Formats: sequence, C-alpha cells, structure tokens
Amino acid sequence: MSRYFRAEIKENRPVDKSYNILGLKPLKPSREPEPGQFYMIGIGGEYDPLLKRPFSVFRKNSDGFQILYRIKGRGTLLMRDMKEGVVIDVLGPLGNSYPLPDKGQIPLIVAGGIGIASVFSLAEKLSGESYMFYGARNRDELLMLNELKGLAEELFISTDDGSSGRKGTIADVLNDFLTHPSPVTQAKACGYSIYACGPKPMLEAVSRIAIDKGLNGYVSLEENMACGVGACLGCVVKTREGYKRVCKEGPVFPIEEIVW
Amino acid sequence: MNLSVNIGKLKLKNPVMTASGTFGYGEEYSEFVDLNRLGAVVVKGLSLTPREGNPPPRIIETPAGMLNAIGLQNIGIEVFIKDKLPFLRQFHTPVIANFFGDTVEEYSEAAKRLSDIEDIHGLEMNISCPNKHAGWIIFGTDPKVTFEVVSAVRRATHLPLIVKLSPNVTDIALMAKVAEDAGADAVSMINTITGMSIDIKTRRPRLANMTGGLSGPTIKPIAVRMVYEAYRAVKIPIIGMGGIMKAEDAIEFMLAGATAVAAGTANFVNPTVTIDIIHGIESFMKENSIVDVKELIGALRC
Ligand SMILES: Cc1cc2nc3c(=O)[nH]c(=O)nc-3n(C[C@H](O)[C@H](O)[C@H](O)COP(=O)(O)OP(=O)(O)OC[C@H]3O[C@@H](n4cnc5c(N)ncnc54)[C@H](O)[C@@H]3O)c2cc1C
Ligand SMILES: Cc1cc2nc3c(=O)[nH]c(=O)nc-3n(C[C@H](O)[C@H](O)[C@H](O)COP(=O)(O)O)c2cc1C
Ligand code: FES
Repeated sequence: MSRYFRAEIKENRPVDKSYNILGLKPLKPSREPEPGQFYMIGIGGEYDPLLKRPFSVFRKNSDGFQILYRIKGRGTLLMRDMKEGVVIDVLGPLGNSYPLPDKGQIPLIVAGGIGIASVFSLAEKLSGESYMFYGARNRDELLMLNELKGLAEELFISTDDGSSGRKGTIADVLNDFLTHPSPVTQAKACGYSIYACGPKPMLEAVSRIAIDKGLNGYVSLEENMACGVGACLGCVVKTREGYKRVCKEGPVFPIEEIVW
Repeated sequence: MNLSVNIGKLKLKNPVMTASGTFGYGEEYSEFVDLNRLGAVVVKGLSLTPREGNPPPRIIETPAGMLNAIGLQNIGIEVFIKDKLPFLRQFHTPVIANFFGDTVEEYSEAAKRLSDIEDIHGLEMNISCPNKHAGWIIFGTDPKVTFEVVSAVRRATHLPLIVKLSPNVTDIALMAKVAEDAGADAVSMINTITGMSIDIKTRRPRLANMTGGLSGPTIKPIAVRMVYEAYRAVKIPIIGMGGIMKAEDAIEFMLAGATAVAAGTANFVNPTVTIDIIHGIESFMKENSIVDVKELIGALRC
C-alpha cells in the first residue's frame, strides 16, 4: 500500500471562523493512520505554494480520514477554498505515533490550541480512560468540546482570557491537578503518562512539570517541513542525542529527550 | 530507443539522477521509487567526520521555491559506508557519493577514502563550501582555489570525478573551464543560489542561519542559462539541475547542453518525480522520432 496517493475531498467545512475540517477519501487502499501520525497535503497551484503542508490525522472515518486545520497563512487560506470532489495529492501516514500507556498508568492528554487535532484520535483510542486538559486563547478557539466531553474521564478547560474554563494556561491546570490529586484518581493511579501537543512554550512548561514530578510522557513537535520522509534534514529539533527529524524520529518524542 | 549516456567512464542507463541532499541516502524514497530505474543515485553530502548542521528553522518556502540552511548535516563517511551503502548495493544503479571538506587536505582525504570502497561508482565534489584556510571564502567562487582543490582531489581518486559548481559567481563558464583543466570528468550545476528572507513583523531573518540556498522552479531560468554558458566553454559532460519539476524541464536542460539531469526539490513535491521524468523523456522521444537521447544534448537552435 503506497503512502503516496490521491484522495478525493469529501468535505471541507468550517468548525469556527479560522478552523476547518477536511475529509479525505483515498482513491486506492492506503495505510491506517495511528494517533500522532501526520500527512503531507498537496495544495495544488502549479508551483506556488510549492511544498506540501503537514497536518496530523484528526480522526478516521468511513471514507478515510479527516484533518482539522487552522487557517494560518497562504497555504491554508488556499486550502479553505478547495471544493468537495476535488482530488489532491497526499503523502502519509508519516512519522511515529503516541506509545500507549503502561498497564495501570492514567493517560493525561494535554492540548494547546490546534494541538487538539493531534491528540483527539489518541483520546478516542483510549476510549474514556484519559484525563484531558485543553487550553486555548479564548472560548471561540475551543473546538470540538461536545465530542471531547464523551471521550475523556474528565475534561479540564482553560483560556488565556478566562472566557471559558479557568483563566490561565493549561500547564497551570495540569500542575494543580498533579499537585492536588483528587482521591479518586489517587486511588486508581499507578502513575501517569503525559501526552502533549500544542505551541512550544506550552510544551516546554508541560515538560518541566513532568520532569519535576518524575512523570514520563511525550510531546508532539512541529517544525517546517519539505519532504516529510526524512530525506531533506529540514525539520530537525535539538535532542540529547543531537538533532533529530520531526518527520521521521518524531513527531512524538519522549519528554526527557528534548533540549528546549 | 536509447536513453543511455556517459559521464566520463560511467555509463548511465538513462540521464535522470537525484540531486544531492534531496534524496537522503536513497532509502528514504525507495518505497516510492524503484531505484533500479534511475540513471544514478547521488547521496547527501558527506564529510570525513559527522556534522551536526544548523539550528532550526532550516527551511522556508518562497514563491515557487524554497530556502534551505541545513548546514551540511551528515553522518560522516564511515557511518555511510557501514550503515547506508549496503542498502544501495542491492540495486544495479551507480551510486555517486557527494562530499566536501573544510580544507584542501580534507577534500583529498575524503576522496581517497571513498575511492577505496567497492560500489561507489563516482564522486561529486561540492565546492560551495567555505575554506577554513582562506577566511572561509567559498572554494567554488575563486578560480585559483577551485583549481587547487579540484587538482588535489583528481590526484586522490581514480573514480569518475564530477565537480559541482556554485552559481554564486559572475562567470560560470570560467569556473567550468577551471574544473575541466584541473582534471574533472564532468561538472554538475547548479547548486543553490544564496538567498535571504525576513519576517517583517518580527524583523528577524526567517532562517536561523540568516541566509540559505534557494532551489526549486524559481531558479530554473538561471540554471538553464548557466548550463548553456558552460556548454560552450568545456568539452566534459554537464549534469544540469535547478528547478527541474518535469520531463519538459529536463529536456530544456539537455537542449542547453546537459548530458544528464538531476531532480532535487521536486522530490519533496512529488516523490515519484524521477520516474515521471524518465517516462516523459521517453514519450517526448517517441513523439519526435528521436532514437538516441544524446541527440538532444546541446541541440538548441540559435
Ligand atoms: C507534524 C505536524 C503536524 C501538524 N498538524 C497540524 C494540524 O493537525 N492542524 C493544523 O492546523 N496545523 C498543523 N500543523 C501546522 C501546519 O503544518 C501549518 O500551520 C501549515 O503548514 C501552515 O501553512 P500556511 O501556508 O497556511 O502558513 P505559512 O505560514 O504561510 O507557511 C509558510 C511555510 O511554513 C510552514 N509552516 C508554517 N507554520 C508551520 C508549523 N507550525 N509547522 C510546520 N510548518 C509550518 C508551511 O508548511 C510553509 O512551508 C502541523 C505541523 C507539523 C509539523
Ligand atoms: C534541502 C537541500 C539539501 C541540499 N544538500 C546538498 C548537499 O549536501 N550537497 C550538494 O552538493 N548540494 C546540495 N543541495 C543542492 C541540490 O543538490 C541542487 O543542486 C539544488 O537544490 C538545485 O536543484 P533543485 O532546484 O532541483 O533542488 C541541497 C539542496 C536542498 C534543497
Ligand atoms: S521534512 Fe525532510 S527530513 Fe523531515
């Protein structure tokens, strides 16, 4: 099954003013994506934009899969205008995926902003076992809340401006949760495993907390990409063992490996 | 129909190769491309010892192109021989090792080491690198230094030697001639063109390294012009590259004087582009009743 295929756009609908869901149906059998993996999406336009754009698998569905994307720059602006029925080039699924928690460990999923796109399918896979921490700039940017409520044992929310959930960062919420665990979680837990995706400062803060409390966990990172398959060495991040490629050794890295 | 071409004593089954640094060590694209079909595989630039490369961000997109500042990150020649070459050995496709150094001595030593290895069929020396002993001026921008380093490498290897020219010069024909005079079996061109991009909101350069190398369709007209100029100056074969995205582009380079071509940035956009180009050249030859691809070389009408 080739990881380079053409896919038909089944849907491309707004979920908010700057976020869309793109549903794709591969035109030939393609590999099943795992939570944490990503696709390089071809936007078309002869040579401008030139490069494919990386997006996490958001959800699998009967047609194929969906991605949830933020309209950010030129490429995603053009993506927003792609119509149903159009066929595009796709490369993937690429990269590694989130390792599942050990037996008895409680998964703590932490998402900041569009980071929710990457961890959503992990929460689905862990079917209700996880505790979810989700932060965004404001209430409007909290996406898929209804779906999320059913996916996690408990859902904690924060916004930068306090318009929904707690005012502040989601890392603070996580820190409080770990500092003052509820009797219920304390009774259940033989340890936690953290899964975080979001902006760099948030991931760094979450990593500090994890290291501080001696917890293990993973962060999913982003870097500009060209090839997506490990060939160009463009997407590296600094780790304790030197530079590693986000598209190949990542995007999911053990927290203790990353040099911030 | 004959698609084969010669680069010195190296015979290629067709003129389509991969551009160094855009195809990893071959492995990365082997699930998309049957490496047996390629004219040659040119691997990522190698040095005597591993290089860490530049901090990120290393790549950014520009209109119809991209800037990269990888900083020549590589695993080093020894690890390449031990871990990567065995994979490439399975294929009946010549392997060309691209390499570089900080000094003339490092260049020769690297060339010598690579020449000892069975199943490396040719060397491509990247001279778009700074010279430690000359105030970090690029080897490939000063004709005297170019002559010195190419001559030294020529003495160090019996393998077909390709000199990869830097386009960041005023007179590419002169540089091609210097490489030929120093003993090169072929020249390849062009390497990336130095460029820069600034984020006006933050007022910072968009690459951590400040400047980077421009590649992709945006540089193609410059590359075609340079191949055309070099073709009139040298007798050795030219390997043309710079923005080749499809067969028509490859044919354009051949008409300008290239004996073979390489696809670089295009691999990122379309992982099967090398095969698509080979098919496209075949169709073009059929449609135009060309029996030997060599008929295209320098066949520009003026
Ligand atoms: C592994 C991975 C998974 C991702 N998953 C998602 C997702 O599920 N949903 C989502 O909305 N976004 C995701 N992103 C970020 C997304 O790729 C960028 O927002 C997008 O490429 C922006 O393109 P643009 O042309 O609109 O923006 P521009 O800023 O105009 O892009 C210019 C260039 O920079 C690159 N670029 C810009 N921002 C990023 C970034 N944050 N990461 C990587 N490259 C970037 C673009 O690919 C392009 O080459 C992911 C990134 C990575 C690396
Ligand atoms: C990401 C990247 C890495 C490169 N690394 C090397 C290298 O290690 N050695 C080298 O000689 N050229 C290197 N090049 C230059 C290419 O081989 C080629 O000369 C150039 O990109 C122009 O061709 P293109 O427009 O088809 O990419 C690199 C180019 C890119 C884009
Ligand atoms: S994007 Fe090319 S190595 Fe990761």
